[in-house]
Amino acid sequence: MLDNYLPILIFLLVGLGVGTALTILGRLLSTSRPDPQKNSPYECGFEAFEDTRMKFDVRYYLVAILFIIFDLEIAFLFPWAVVLEDIGVFGFLSMMLFLAILIVGFIYEWFQGALEWE
Amino acid sequence: MFDWACTLPLAGWACDLYAEQRLLRIGLGIIVLVVFCILMVLIMVYAERRLVGFMQLRKGPNRVGPFGLLQAIADTIKLLIKEVIVPTNASPILFLLAPILVLAPALAAWAVVPFGDQLVLADVDASLLYILALASMGVYGVIIAGWASNSKYAFLGAMRSAAQIVAYEIAMGFALVGVLMAAGSLNLREIVLAQSGGIHQWYIWPLLPLFFVYFIAGVAETNRAPFDVAEGESEIVAGFHVEYSGISFALFFFAEYVNMVMIAALSTLMFLGGWQSPFGGEVTPAIGVILFFGKMSFFLFCFMWFRATFPRYRYDQIMRLGWKVFIPVTLVWIGLMGGVMFFTPYGYVFH
Repeated sequence: MLDNYLPILIFLLVGLGVGTALTILGRLLSTSRPDPQKNSPYECGFEAFEDTRMKFDVRYYLVAILFIIFDLEIAFLFPWAVVLEDIGVFGFLSMMLFLAILIVGFIYEWFQGALEWE
Repeated sequence: MFDWACTLPLAGWACDLYAEQRLLRIGLGIIVLVVFCILMVLIMVYAERRLVGFMQLRKGPNRVGPFGLLQAIADTIKLLIKEVIVPTNASPILFLLAPILVLAPALAAWAVVPFGDQLVLADVDASLLYILALASMGVYGVIIAGWASNSKYAFLGAMRSAAQIVAYEIAMGFALVGVLMAAGSLNLREIVLAQSGGIHQWYIWPLLPLFFVYFIAGVAETNRAPFDVAEGESEIVAGFHVEYSGISFALFFFAEYVNMVMIAALSTLMFLGGWQSPFGGEVTPAIGVILFFGKMSFFLFCFMWFRATFPRYRYDQIMRLGWKVFIPVTLVWIGLMGGVMFFTPYGYVFH
């Protein structure tokens, strides 16, 4: 049973290995002639001004929060959908109740403008 | 379970020698899958440039080798010997690590993809969950790349890209819930087997809205046109990988194409009956693989077709489509499916 997961573990390591090996190979094969201009961050030909790690739009943060809520919901729906046949009408209706509560929240977000992006 | 690797030409002799060695079989399977990914990417790069060229009444690459067939290989060699520039302000370790973190999950997801009834490296029960988990891992590489580059374009591109990927991942997840309700299993092989019996049994019919949501969300997830604002040349240059060059850039490129093939493969497995024949009945493994590739090529063609046809979405339009169209559509369809399955005699439609 758990034995079946062995190839996955090996493949993940191989995946990391392929990326690492290619990166190293690229470094070995390529030239390296550093130059202050070449190594400066790209900014349309201007000298880079102020730090990059600056303030950014709070909306991205909002999207991340909404994502957590909905992704948890998906994680909750997955096992439910698989055993839906076994849990029957009661299981279905209880999940619909849960979804209804979530949808109320979703509608609230919608009307609050959390999903707007101007 | 890994016997399929032995049926391949060239690999057979190795299996005869070490018939009992499981690790060798896993290793062979992994090598086959990695080589498959590399070949698919090379073919895709060539086919895309050529097809988009034809669609725009250009010739596309036709100089390297017959019909330009060796163009992708020439590109690979070029990228391999180009200098990898690490900007002075960048965090060097994270900068070089990011493309590796994008590529590893893109490759490893193939471990659970069934190419035929027995042609799967790891036949695990939670294979769809595993793929969803790995798809979420890719976003780490994007964020790390944007952060480690320490460049404004890269940073903004990474934020946009990440917000877009997570928004569409929700729609994608809900679409998958519909598939699970119909199939009653997380195992991709069983999902395909649940669709046996011919073209009318494929989930594309009862789950048509979910199919569209899934595939379009897949296009958005892979940051492909018309959802490629993260690398919109006209406004933000190349997005999160603007500072990358040489092989590090090639790894991002490689991962993007592997992910595209993955979305095509998953759409085939979940909505078009995977390796099954449209006329019902059993097929031999060889024909099954050909059918699987045929269906997959259709989706891959769509990726290129979209790129040649659609103008780029604006960012606010992308977010609106994800949150305000796809999520409500999938939620309604899930409720509708459940309602029909439990309260009407037409539940069989969804099985």
